Amino acid sequence: MRLLIFIALKHLLARKRQSIVSLLGIILGVAFFLAIASLMRGSEKDFIKRLVDNSPHITISDEFRNPRRQPALLLYPHGAVEIRRVKPVTEIRGIRGYEQILKQIRPMNGVIASPMLAGQALVSFAGKDLGVTLNGMIPAEIRNVSTIEKYMIDGTIDDLLANPDGIVIGQELARKLALVKGENITVSSTAGQSRTFKILGIFRTGRANYDSGQAFVSLKRVQALLNRPNRINSIVVKLQDPYQARQVAADIESRIGYKSLSWQEASEDLMNTLIIRNTIMYTVVSAVLIVAAFGIYNVISTVVMEKLRDISILKSMGFYARDIRRIFLIQGILLGLVGTLIGLPLGSAIMSGMMQIRFKPPGATEIIQMPIDWGWLQFAIASAFAMTASILAALLPARKAAHVQPVDILRGGS
Amino acid sequence: MPVVLKTTQLTRRLEGEVPVTLVENADIEIRQGEFIVITGPSGSGKSSLLYLLGLLDVPTSGQIWLNGTETSSYSEDRLADIRLAELGFVFQFHFLLPEFTALENVMLPMRRLGKLSGAKIRKHAEELLDSLGLADQMHKLPRQLSGGQSQRVAIARALANDPLLILADEPTGNLDTASSANVQKILKDLARQGRTIAVVTHDTHFAKTADRVITIVDGKIAAP
Repeated sequence: MRLLIFIALKHLLARKRQSIVSLLGIILGVAFFLAIASLMRGSEKDFIKRLVDNSPHITISDEFRNPRRQPALLLYPHGAVEIRRVKPVTEIRGIRGYEQILKQIRPMNGVIASPMLAGQALVSFAGKDLGVTLNGMIPAEIRNVSTIEKYMIDGTIDDLLANPDGIVIGQELARKLALVKGENITVSSTAGQSRTFKILGIFRTGRANYDSGQAFVSLKRVQALLNRPNRINSIVVKLQDPYQARQVAADIESRIGYKSLSWQEASEDLMNTLIIRNTIMYTVVSAVLIVAAFGIYNVISTVVMEKLRDISILKSMGFYARDIRRIFLIQGILLGLVGTLIGLPLGSAIMSGMMQIRFKPPGATEIIQMPIDWGWLQFAIASAFAMTASILAALLPARKAAHVQPVDILRGGS
Repeated sequence: MPVVLKTTQLTRRLEGEVPVTLVENADIEIRQGEFIVITGPSGSGKSSLLYLLGLLDVPTSGQIWLNGTETSSYSEDRLADIRLAELGFVFQFHFLLPEFTALENVMLPMRRLGKLSGAKIRKHAEELLDSLGLADQMHKLPRQLSGGQSQRVAIARALANDPLLILADEPTGNLDTASSANVQKILKDLARQGRTIAVVTHDTHFAKTADRVITIVDGKIAAP
């Protein structure tokens, strides 16, 4: 095999310019493949991480996937009497008996759950009114199921423990109403209740809509404000392994009946969009390498055409047809290998360069850097694709070379 | 002397719209140490016969016996092994590999055979080139050598694996008079040293120096 590699190298080195051009194709192909794939994969991971971090892994809501059956039907499932025009009792909306439900959920492995009651309210200050979503929660538990504590820029959520009449608002809301920590604001609910809260903390997530439209208050106060005593409208669940959310949600729903929505199910459209985006991305970057592979095919085909006489001599000397095939395959492998070995560091350099780019996406308040994924998978895919393309490109001319009949060429003379 | 190569009723026909018979019913015997010249007019089938004898081409019918063994049932790989170990070729055009130096060209068959160590292969190749007066040329590429020098390198390459039979196809056909005389001398010297050599040539003067001359006309061996 060393001899075959030696001959293959000699062939490539004898055509330095052509070899370098085809090598450049592979180098650039690998580098761009790597850079674009890592950017796409990085943005996907970043997106999913934000999704997983900033939203509940499972949300149990006060809804049912299938409408609840009437008590009369539950009582007489095989009854012969048909009951018509049953008028259901008007209930206060929300999850009933949530404390019992929590007792059922919390012992489940890796599950942290906390109740919430969210509703629309109006914040009034100095003659200005702004609509917000008021999130009623248990301050001692919220940090276990939400990342809001991480975004606090003034005060803490724990301050709500000491003062149940406190409120935590977003920075955008504070800016719009010219509020600072310690000031009192009036919050009015759609149920007609109104209450004064003291601002105990301000958060900033970087998402302008969230920072201007969300506020956190203790659960009991929101229940009173929304006129929904002993009710909640969601249980927020965090899991040790977020990727188990789909199975755990199904398990919870089968136990308690209320709709349990995993983050994957909630974001199914977005996840499908990511798959489509990845397919498009891999198709486009693969095209670069396919073009580069045509370069290799061109070089090796030319070498084979120019080397028909040498191939005949090698065969007359006792080289097997498969030796000849291997010589030209090795040329493809060498071009692919060297192209990959240079392309990967170049791609890494482009990735590092892209990481230095900082920008502010529309709707965000913070400057972010380009999300680049340094996982081995991109490197492996780029290398494997480049090598496969190079070998396939060399295969056809190599097979042609192996089939050369020495006599046909030697008869032709010089 | 034992028979090195023997053919019986050897025929090579090219099929096509107009079938062409290149060699017809050739019966040849080459004994060890013989210096044979195959001669005849242009297009008579001399080179075709040589390619058949060198197992580069497959006969349409008839047999080729090498060292007492019939070769028609041999696979392509087995034939390649025989060409590597038992046969040496010299062509009209030197056909050296252009990217390899003279030394590398001579080392190539030995490296392919793989019987000797790298150092021994190099030493043997240097000795061969030295014996053919190319000690100063061994690191040159074929394009840096004259026609005569290139042909001598080709002879060294043919001798590399110490073959049973050397087959030369018009080895002087593309050389000037001086180089041609030099190559002829080398081949005759090799014959005198006991090498078995079969040469295809037009050169009647060269043919006269052979142990035996086989004349071929229209693909058939003419009566001696």
